Amino acid sequence: MGPISMADLLPLVPESFLLGSLCILLLADLFIRQSQRAVTHWLAIAMLLLTAGLVWRASGDSALASTAFGGMFVNDGVAAICKIFILISTALVFVYAKPYLIPRRLFQGEFYTLVLFAVLGMMFLASAGNMLTAYLGLELLALPSYALVALDRDNGRSSEAAMKYFVLGALASGMLLYGISMIYGATGSLDFASIRGALVSNAPHPWLLSFGLVFIVIGIAFKLGAVPFHMWVPDVYQGSPTAVTMFIGSAPKIAGFVLAYRLLEDALAPLFADWRGMLAVLALLSLAIGNLVAIAQTNLKRMLAYSTISHVGFLLLGLMAGTIEGYAASLFYAVTYAITATAAFGMIVYMSRAGFEAEEIDDFRGLNQRNGWYALLVLLVMASLAGIPLFVGFLAKLQVLKAAVDSGMLWLAVVAGAFAVIGAFYYLRVIKVVYFDDPPAEALPAAPADLPFNLVLGANALALVGLGVLGGPLMAWCVRAVAG
Amino acid sequence: MTLPLILFYAFGAILIGSALAVVTARNSVHAALWLVLTFFTSACIWLLLHAEFLAIVLVLVYVGAVMVLFLFVVMMLDVKVAPLREGFVRHLPVGLLVAGVMLAEMLGLIGFGKLNEGGALVDAAAAQGLSNTEWLGRTLFSDYILPFEIAAVILTVAIIAAVALTLRHRPNVRSQDPSAQAAVRSQDRIRIVEIASANKETP
Repeated sequence: MGPISMADLLPLVPESFLLGSLCILLLADLFIRQSQRAVTHWLAIAMLLLTAGLVWRASGDSALASTAFGGMFVNDGVAAICKIFILISTALVFVYAKPYLIPRRLFQGEFYTLVLFAVLGMMFLASAGNMLTAYLGLELLALPSYALVALDRDNGRSSEAAMKYFVLGALASGMLLYGISMIYGATGSLDFASIRGALVSNAPHPWLLSFGLVFIVIGIAFKLGAVPFHMWVPDVYQGSPTAVTMFIGSAPKIAGFVLAYRLLEDALAPLFADWRGMLAVLALLSLAIGNLVAIAQTNLKRMLAYSTISHVGFLLLGLMAGTIEGYAASLFYAVTYAITATAAFGMIVYMSRAGFEAEEIDDFRGLNQRNGWYALLVLLVMASLAGIPLFVGFLAKLQVLKAAVDSGMLWLAVVAGAFAVIGAFYYLRVIKVVYFDDPPAEALPAAPADLPFNLVLGANALALVGLGVLGGPLMAWCVRAVAG
Repeated sequence: MTLPLILFYAFGAILIGSALAVVTARNSVHAALWLVLTFFTSACIWLLLHAEFLAIVLVLVYVGAVMVLFLFVVMMLDVKVAPLREGFVRHLPVGLLVAGVMLAEMLGLIGFGKLNEGGALVDAAAAQGLSNTEWLGRTLFSDYILPFEIAAVILTVAIIAAVALTLRHRPNVRSQDPSAQAAVRSQDRIRIVEIASANKETP
């Protein structure tokens, strides 16, 4: 590769904009007084939305090069969809996080800058065309996440969660890196297209390749939180401040999907027969353990953690199909799950007060009699997570199962459907608690009168119905993006 | 025997000797100093392989920064030597066994006969007629500029995260204000108060 040209830099305009404005925000935040911290808040949201606009503009610009920096950066449809939804769901997280952070003295610039750095990492990950950019993007996502979990320093549970997350996350990164080194040793390249080419033209060193593939799949499973590499998920979800759980539980799922898509499809597609079997085991175990253990939970955050694990099972099911429809269904699943998860954690933030976390399912008893509108929103979110028809969760599950059946995995699809029905129980239990249980005797203080929070949460929950009924264009967009 | 080969054996012997001294030295400060010699000798071996950049970085980073930090820590911690060494002889057979298995594995992996081949690797720097450092610099800042910059961002995040997790604004912390100290006047320091004595008559 010769010197860097404009053709290399132009596809990176959204990332460059985010990084540049992030550095300015980092410095500007030092001069903003605590009473004016809302300025940082709104600037961060504006940055995310502007970056999403830039990604949108770049995705429609056919004059842009499809790869930059000698194939290290890929500018394709999948990257565009992933980035736009990562940015939007993070903006939602910021809106929901503010009323949670203020009473807990966590409303600081660091929360915003660390989340934005993680978003930048996810954007690089989404556009990775080389093992190096994929790995570095992943680390740029992981490092701020560890710090965010520990942000509430005086909370022992947060510190414990951060420690577990850090140790297991570092272990997973090591596994992934080890696998990458073996693939490099076998094919002599780090570039996805070259690896694929080397695998197609001659299958070199089958033993080394298999070992590398196993380690890469383990790394991906760790990052996604698929069983049996899910141990960190419940503890981290429960231990983190809810605002951080909301972030970790939403946008990084899209990043996890795109990591798997880039590594397994872009680079290692010729080994499809090998990794399909590995993903099948992961998907089955995730669906079983996630749904069954979630039933036993009384803590809502922990229940949502196990629910995430079961959703990861569905995500993997779409990847296993190995067809355009399968990848598109998985992509659709990931982006809609991110939007749903932000709304679900927004509910917990709405219920929580200073000194009261509203983490237990019992805290939602009789919500309908106290606030009918919020009870309805809880109903919408839980129904979508459960996958009830007319909601987006149903549409996403349907697409994944359809792709699975089409690619000849009938029995897996049947098992997944059965576990989805079992899983519906614990979502419906929350709805039952909200509507049919008596409210607790002592009255809770009034809800925070944060107008943007209430408006956005309402719109987010209603969007779950809207996308469920009118999700066709988004699905079509996903198919177009995967088909290239 | 060519000169590089003689040097290699000499450096190799020093390396193994100092590495052994690291684990057997009675004093932990001495062990850290032996480790410095180990690093320095490995840097010399790398120089023999024409990897001068790696050699210099090893000296600068490990000898210059990491080991100095290590020495500080060792000196500050005041580690008692005796309790640490209690099980040394008892655990020696297990340690030797682990080392032996590792050696066997490595030899099995690389193969006895292939040690001399050096692989099919082409020295890209030599092929272009550049020095190792120059070639590395050019490659890093042209082909690998994007990963390099992302790595720079990751390091920035590490600083921000470290500050965010450790910086505490404590109220009521007493600190010096040098400008206020310098601007102080004599009448600020001492105040002469006239106190009317209530009882003046002498006993």
